[in-house]
Amino acid sequence: MLSLKNVSKSFGGVKAIDKCTFEIDETSITSLIGPNGAGKTTLFNIISGLTMLDSGVITLLGGKISGMPAYKIARSGISRTFQLTKVFRNMTIRNNFLIAKNASEDEMQKLLQMVFLHKTLDTTASELSYGQQRLLEMARALLMPHKLLMLDEPTAGVNPKIRHELKSILKNLRKEGKTVFLIEHDMDFVMDISDVVIVLNEGKVLKIGKPKDVVKDKKVLEAYLGK
Amino acid sequence: MMHDYFIQIVTLIGIYSILVIALNLAIGFTGLVNLGHMVFFGIGAYTSAILTLHGVPWYIAIFAAGIMASFLGAIIAAITVRLKGDYFAMVTLGLAFIAIAVSRNWISLTRGALGIPGVPAILKDNLYYMLFTLAVALICAVLSYMLVKSETGRIFQAIRDDETAVAILGKNTYFYKILSIAISTFFAGIAGSLFVHHIQFIDPTIFGLEFFVVILSMLIAGGLASIIGSVVGVSLLYIISESLRFVVVSPSLIGAVREMLFAVVLIIILLVKPRGIFGKVDV
Repeated sequence: MLSLKNVSKSFGGVKAIDKCTFEIDETSITSLIGPNGAGKTTLFNIISGLTMLDSGVITLLGGKISGMPAYKIARSGISRTFQLTKVFRNMTIRNNFLIAKNASEDEMQKLLQMVFLHKTLDTTASELSYGQQRLLEMARALLMPHKLLMLDEPTAGVNPKIRHELKSILKNLRKEGKTVFLIEHDMDFVMDISDVVIVLNEGKVLKIGKPKDVVKDKKVLEAYLGK
Repeated sequence: MMHDYFIQIVTLIGIYSILVIALNLAIGFTGLVNLGHMVFFGIGAYTSAILTLHGVPWYIAIFAAGIMASFLGAIIAAITVRLKGDYFAMVTLGLAFIAIAVSRNWISLTRGALGIPGVPAILKDNLYYMLFTLAVALICAVLSYMLVKSETGRIFQAIRDDETAVAILGKNTYFYKILSIAISTFFAGIAGSLFVHHIQFIDPTIFGLEFFVVILSMLIAGGLASIIGSVVGVSLLYIISESLRFVVVSPSLIGAVREMLFAVVLIIILLVKPRGIFGKVDV
């Protein structure tokens, strides 16, 4: 579905992403892991058009998306969330949803139930806790018409209850045959829900494989724990 | 005499309300801190003055004033809206200085610092002009209210809260920011036209920052992202400012005293209501 070929990006003299090549299959959950500073969020930003790549090609369902502005990439079928939640704080939950899509009241209510957000549509986003804002952001990303859902550290900074709920949401998405690409630090979470794990280190793809194979890989262990 | 004074106050409250609502569309609803707002007020005023002095009917001149201000606003926005936050504010602030320089030096068009006297009045009776101004202000307020409640208005407010999030939801934020400035400057141009036909004179001081500080104070007092707040902010600060006429202050001090009074009132309002009287977002 999503294909990256030799994607590179430098900031000044620092090579943040170095010839990354991989593919994400349809109806799979793929996790991108790696130590801090490995370039995971930069790679997400490049795929979603928020950061321009220096070289390489990115395609979605065969169509080239690299070089397109973020809003066109979103329209072509990529929906995402952010490491630091980006909800419209001064707007109600309803209006947060309506920016993504002209959804019906029913559709919005169902979405709230789906992400375990027990609030009315008229609640202002700034009144929600951080964890609830994460759920709202995920619901909004789900509402946005998409082919690929990208989640940047969905469990960061949330309490165990919401973490458990997020895991349930992702498992349901898998059942529905959705394609999900996520960055995550919680290895138990990654092992539990991922079909494929991609390990990034110093901007390079270190390993691609099934979760159980990746955790045993010597190079991956070295990247995380040091030699 | 008192009757004429009252008409004068209400007429200017109507005109300033349009101007502050227009500024609120850019700053309060879209988060675009346009410090060059008075430039478009002035462009509207000059356009209307020059056109009517050349025989163009006033109803065309008012509309042309809005269109001219909006057209130039859109061009400037297309160049500047990619700048973020403070950088956008600084560039738009620079516009005021450019406008002053151009209006002082393009003597064949503006008569420079001498200004343009004898701008024709739209209606001879001040009472009718007051009612006309209030009607235009009401139309602008209703149109602005309908805009901010529309899908486009929602996108403006989403851009204010988080532009990146709007882009990843498939919206062309560049286009919407230009649209916001174009609409805001259209209303500013209309206000400029109404102003010049009321005062019947225009010179480059219309672009001055002193006037803008007053308008900005009115916006903040009423509150960001509130149409009714803009009208209340204008009415409150203008009436307070006018009340100084009844206090014995030396004419040479009146300007400084007025600015001090504005500052004190603004501080009191923000201490009691940190978002302004009807504000919906943080100042």
